[in-house]
This record gives sequence, structure tokens and C-alpha cells, in this order.
Amino acid sequence: MDPMLLTGWAFWLPLIWAVLIALAVFLYVCMDGFDLGIGILFPFLPEKAERDVAVNTVAPVWDGNETWLVLGGGGLLAVFPLAYAVVLPALYMPLILMLLALVFRGVAFEMRFRAENGTQQLWWDRAFSWGSMVAAFTQGIALGAFVQGIEVSGRSYAGGWWDWLSPFSVLTGGALMAGYALLGACWLLWKTEGPLHARAATLAWRFALATVAAIALVSAIMPFLQPAFAARWLTFPNLLFAAPVPVLVAFLIWRFFHALAEDTGHGGMVDARPFLLALGLFALSYAGLGVSMWPMIVPPAFSIWEAAAPPASQGFLLVGAAVLIPVILAYTGYVYWLFRGKVTHESGYH
Amino acid sequence: MIDALLPSALDLARFQFAFTVVWHFLFPAFTIGLASYLAVLEGLWLWTGKAVYLDTFRYWLKIFAVAFAMGVVSGIVMSYQFGTNWAVLSDKAGAVIGPLMGYEVLTAFFLEAGFLGVMLFGMDRVGKGLHMLATALVATGTFFSAFWILSANSWLHTPAGYALLPDGRFVPEDWWAVIFNPSFPYRLAHTVTGAYLTTALIVGAVGAWHLLRERQGRLAVRDAGMESASSARRGAAFTSEDAVDGEAAAVRPAPGSAGAERGAEASETGPNPRARLMFSMAMWMLLIVAPIQAVLGDLHGGNTHEHQPAKVAAMEGHFPTERGAPAILFGLPDAAAGETRMQVAIPNLASLYLTHDWNGEVRGLNDIPRDQWPTNIPLVFWSFRVMVGLGLLMITLGVAGGVMRWRGRLDSTPWLLRAAIAMGPAGLVAVTAGWIVTEAGRQPFTIYGMLRTADSASPVALPAVATSLAAFVVVYFVVFGAGIWYLFKLFQQTPRPQEGAPPQGQPIRTAGITPISSSKPGAAPELQPAE
Repeated sequence: MDPMLLTGWAFWLPLIWAVLIALAVFLYVCMDGFDLGIGILFPFLPEKAERDVAVNTVAPVWDGNETWLVLGGGGLLAVFPLAYAVVLPALYMPLILMLLALVFRGVAFEMRFRAENGTQQLWWDRAFSWGSMVAAFTQGIALGAFVQGIEVSGRSYAGGWWDWLSPFSVLTGGALMAGYALLGACWLLWKTEGPLHARAATLAWRFALATVAAIALVSAIMPFLQPAFAARWLTFPNLLFAAPVPVLVAFLIWRFFHALAEDTGHGGMVDARPFLLALGLFALSYAGLGVSMWPMIVPPAFSIWEAAAPPASQGFLLVGAAVLIPVILAYTGYVYWLFRGKVTHESGYH
Repeated sequence: MIDALLPSALDLARFQFAFTVVWHFLFPAFTIGLASYLAVLEGLWLWTGKAVYLDTFRYWLKIFAVAFAMGVVSGIVMSYQFGTNWAVLSDKAGAVIGPLMGYEVLTAFFLEAGFLGVMLFGMDRVGKGLHMLATALVATGTFFSAFWILSANSWLHTPAGYALLPDGRFVPEDWWAVIFNPSFPYRLAHTVTGAYLTTALIVGAVGAWHLLRERQGRLAVRDAGMESASSARRGAAFTSEDAVDGEAAAVRPAPGSAGAERGAEASETGPNPRARLMFSMAMWMLLIVAPIQAVLGDLHGGNTHEHQPAKVAAMEGHFPTERGAPAILFGLPDAAAGETRMQVAIPNLASLYLTHDWNGEVRGLNDIPRDQWPTNIPLVFWSFRVMVGLGLLMITLGVAGGVMRWRGRLDSTPWLLRAAIAMGPAGLVAVTAGWIVTEAGRQPFTIYGMLRTADSASPVALPAVATSLAAFVVVYFVVFGAGIWYLFKLFQQTPRPQEGAPPQGQPIRTAGITPISSSKPGAAPELQPAE
């Protein structure tokens, strides 16, 4: 189906929804990214008191953060049911593993504070940490397997149940773990002080280097995964439109390390800079991905128009989304604002 | 032959959905009602200013946090199950049921998750009014969630407002008809009421347990006093303090004295006012709502009889079509033979409650093609009896509570307290049984009469489904088992004044909020009498 033949809502609705779903997934990656990152950083936080503070920085918001995953995944069923019906079976194992890891982690959130002795505490901390690592790793694997392409026959997934496993998907799995750990460390830079802040600074350096290396590696491989990607990134004149992305990435990396070097730990927005710049890196990597994929939603089989639900479905949900997403963003922002400031062991929140 | 005995990928996918959804629904069945209960308690506190409401609110808030977290994580699993295991259903019906679930996320999940943090932690940050608003929003969110997901579920039972495309896909034509499909209002009322009863039974059982234990403690102290006045008095350590809630002054042993903890529970002059409040409110709820639920159930059954006669026939064990059909109390439905053997039945009663006519015609399974029979008729038949039997016991308990209240012995009647404790899980069991009735009774279809279950599943290999099912079983039993064990630990804590007041210098617990010490029985700050 040539999208240029579509007119009116049949053209615009899938486009709007593709942007909204992409936005939901990106918000998920940003927001659950830093709280998953804190779980990934647990092995580097030997003091129980520091782990408690780290968890308390995200305690009031993690639940809302994770809800974006439901919008990104469940929303797909509503507006791109064909993509939902093909991608989820294709990514069966990593997604089920991710869900189980999130179960572990979500319950451990509550339970690690209810443990009655050191052994229980240790195991709930492990559940929290390992759950966060597995969730991050499997999300990265799912992403890698997704961009590599999905085998389709008719309107169904046609591949096997191990197709998702490849060197590239393992690389993206590791990359996302490093990236989430970076977000977690930068979040702690912003929200904590004293020894934990200093430790977070060290961790931010390390995971920033790992993330930059991962971005470089993935970017170098991406164009060769599918001919369409190479055409987009490496041919003239597409090159001119795609080129700003890597240039901006380089600029942000420079600003990021600069901000990290200037880190004071005295509070205020200065402490937030590394976190915001790290989010910027995520945004650009995500945009780069979008440049590669566009306009496919099940690469290489279906475009957003081919997988779209009829305008009656997309329009019906869009009416609600247009009203509710701004409201949701507003009260989510309000909750973050409410729990603003540094978190310490003594007083919870300042 | 061997192939026939081994489960297929379809069987395992069905079992996986049943397993994950039953586990999941245990938590919302409890938290839907609990969220409303918390909103009522906080509202009563703001209205009357009585500390007993705030103390009880805080007691249940901690429990809510744990149960809600388990509901959230098990619910995320559900939002992906449709795609991982039921891809064909998703492709064919996603355009209709997807937006309903989308509205659930937008109107309910974000609202609940966003304001849960404020509800659990924000009391000292936002003030009373806004905190009340947050609690009310969380409670509203749970209701919105039930509204949308039950609308989607009901559409699968009684599809309406759609057009069928040549390739077999369902597309929406009239959203009003889709949302308010024929079985939805009945299912919504019956399910939400079931959730409220579930909460009332658990709250009542916890209140009753503390009342009973305290009563036994008091009797033990009195007996000890008879044996040896001096040891029971331990006199010097007793201190008097202002009573909570304006009741007569309570006498307590000073903290740190021998037997302080036991004494603190046992030596109040009257029963624990928090436990009394829980028990009393729960008994009111049962008395009023359990009979209403019977009426709603009857209406829902009549609606099902109209739209899904095969399901009702399986529930009733009716094989022949009859006028003046009997209500079969017990029997052994035998699908192969096409009869229910060893019936114990009341003549004409089924016609009366299904058609509201003594001689109304009730369609039996024998008049319905066999390939449209529910695949497991005894399961539907027996689950229905479990649900109805428990419902009748709930009504009985509510009436018994009403009678004892009228006689002024509501919280001093041991057999009533014991009955309430025994009935604690009855709501969860009844809700689960009801769920099995309606879902097993929908078989062999996913979209009733339109799309067969066998044609709905994902093209996922048997070993993948088997592996994931095994993983779900192990993880759910370990994680939720531990979570439920902790819930019981929380239930065991005596509801005390100033429940969970955050002392300075304590690390806070997640989703925020209450200090660790308050969740540990016997930890120091909690034993301090309220000032």
C-alpha cells in the first residue's frame, strides 16, 4: 500500500499515533530507565543505607514510570493491532523474561523494606537488582531483534522462537543496561548528596564511557542490518538529513563530560545537568533509530499505514489521548515537583 | 494416542492465561474495594476529626501498598499476554477491544500510579484536603479500570456495535454499542460488588481476629489475676493516659515493663476501637451488600441466559430443554451421556429465576450443537455452585452480624468472630469461581459465537509456551507467595493508635513511605503509647 494514495484521516491518524506511541515508549525509557538503572547499580552500592536512599529517590514515582510501558505496549493493540500481533510473538521469550523480571523487581520494591532479617533483606535486594538487570537486558534484546527485522507470512509471525537471539541483539541488550545504569547514576547525582553523591559521580563516569562506546558500536553496525537502513544513512542526499544526528550526539557527549567534571553536589539545577544531558543522548539515539526505521512498524514487512487500526478506532482513542495525555503529563510533573529536592537517609525528603 | 494425552500449545496458552489472570485478579478484587474503604475512612476522619478513623486508615494503607504493587506488576503481564499468546485474536479484534484497554491505561492506570505516591507518602507534603483528593483519585482510578477492562471483556462475551471485514477482522461501527454491549452493565455491577464484598470480608476477618485474640488475652489476664493477684497487677508499672477517641480512659502497662506488648493489647478497658470499627463496618457492608449481590447475580444470570444459553445450561446442568425446569442443587453432569446424573433438584425453580416465570422455557445443552458446548461442563457447573454457596454464606454472616449488633453483642460473640475469620477468603474464592464460570462457560469461543479459541492463538511453538508457563508458575508462587505471606504478617499486627506515624530518623519504605519500624512487630517506636 502506497501511503501517498491515502488521504485525510487514513493518512494522518497512523502518523499521529506512530508519534504518540514512539513518545510513550521514549517516556518509558527515560523514566523507568533511571529507576531500573538504580537496580543495576545495586552491586556498586555496598552500604545498605545508601541503597535505601537510592530506592527512596524513586519510590514515589516508579509506579507511574512503569505505566508508560503499558501505554506503549497496550496502546499498540489499540492503534496498530497487526504490529502488536506480529511483534509480540516474535519477541516472545525476551518479553516474557522482561515481564517476569519486572514482577520480581516491582514486588521487591515493597518487600526489601519489610524484610525481617539480613538474609531476607539480601534476597529482596538481589531480586530488585537482578530483576532490574534482566528487565533492562531483555528490553535491549527486544529492541535489537526488532530492528534486525521480523519474519512475516501473511498477517502472522513466521519465524522460530529463538530468532531474537543474535550477536547484535545481545549487544543492544548490554548497551541498554549501560545506558540505564548511566541514567540511574545521573539521577542519584541530582537527588542525593554526600558520599552517595560522590559514588554516583564515579559510576556516572564509568557508565558514560560504556554508553558512548555502545552507541558508537551500535551506530556502526546499524546501517548494515537492512538495505533500507544503509540507503538512509550512507547515500547522498539522505546523508545530509541524517548527518546532524551523530554531530549532535558528539556535541552532547562533550557537554555531558563537561557537566560531570563541574559537578559540585551542592544542589540546584547544576546537579541536574548530567541527568538532563544523558536524557538528551537517549533522545538522539532514539531519533537515530527513528530515522532508520521510518516508516516501518514491523520491519521490513509492514509500514505504520499497513498495520494501522481503522480510523474509527484510532480516532476514538485519539480524542481521549488528546485530552488525557496532557493531563497525565501535568499531574506526573506535579508529583515529581512534590517530591523534589535531595533525599537523605536522615529525613527522607528535604 | 500419546499425542492425544499431551497438552497442545493451545491448551498451555489457555492455561497460562487462566493462571496469570486468576493470580492477577486476586489483587484488584481486594484493592478495588480497599481503595474505596480508605477513601471512606479518610473522609470520615476529615469530617469527624476522630483519630480512630485515621489510625484505621493508616493500618490499611500499608496493606494496600503491598497488594497494589502485586496487582500492578501482575497486570502489566496481562497487557502483553494478548499479543504473546493470542496474536490472532489481537489482530482480528484489536481495533475494537484495544481502544477500550487504551482508555483503561489513560483514565485509570496513570491516575492510580500517579497519585499512589502522594497517597502513601504525601500527607505531610500536600495537606489534608489534597491528600484526601489523592486517595479519592486512586479509588476512582480503580473503578475506571474495572469499567474499561470489563467493557472489553464483556464485548468478547456479547459482541455488538461492530462490522466484520471480509478478512475476518472486527472493526468498530458504533462505540456506544461496543462499550455498553449487552452483558456489560450486569457484569460490571456484579464484579465490582463482588470486589467490595471481598474487601469487606477480609477487613472483617482481620478485625474479628484481633477482637478474638484480644478477648482471649483479656480472659487469660483475668484468669491469671484470679490465681495470683500480685503477679497480674505488676502494679507499679501501670500508667493511665488519655483514652483514644474519647472513650473511657484506657489503662496500659508502661512500655518496657514485663509483658508490655501483651498487656498493651489486653488491658484496654474495651475492645480495640480500630478492630471494632473494621469489624462493624464490614458487617454493615455484608448485611446490606451481600443480598444486593444476590439480586445482581440473578440479573446477570438472566442476561447470560438470553445471550449465552449454552453457558447457563452448563451452569445449571440442564441437558434437555424444558418448561418448568428444575434447579439442580447437586448432580454429576455427564457431557458424553448428555445428562446430569444423581440429581438433587427443586422442580420449576430454574425457570423461575432464569425467566422469572414458573413455567418458562429453559434451553438445555441437547438443543445446542455439541461444537458450541463449553469444553469443560463440570468445571462450569461446580464453580457456579462454589460461588453461589459462598454468596449464601455471606448473606447468612451479614444477617447474623445484624442480629448480634441488634442485641448489642456484635464484637463480643466468639462464634460470630470465628465465622467472620473463616469467611475472610470467601470473597476471593467466590470471585475466582465466578470468573471461571463466565470464562470457561464462554468456551469454545474467544469472541462468543464468532471466533473460536482454537483459531485465536499465536503461532508460538509448544516448547516456548511450555517454558514460559513453567516460569510463570515458579515466579508467581515464589514472588506472590512471599508477598501474601507478608500481607498476613501485616494483618497480624495489632491496629494501634498513631499507626505508622513517621518518626524522624527512620528510613522510609517504598512507594514511600511509612517507616520501617512500623512494619516490624515489636519495633520500638510503635510500642510508645500515643501522646
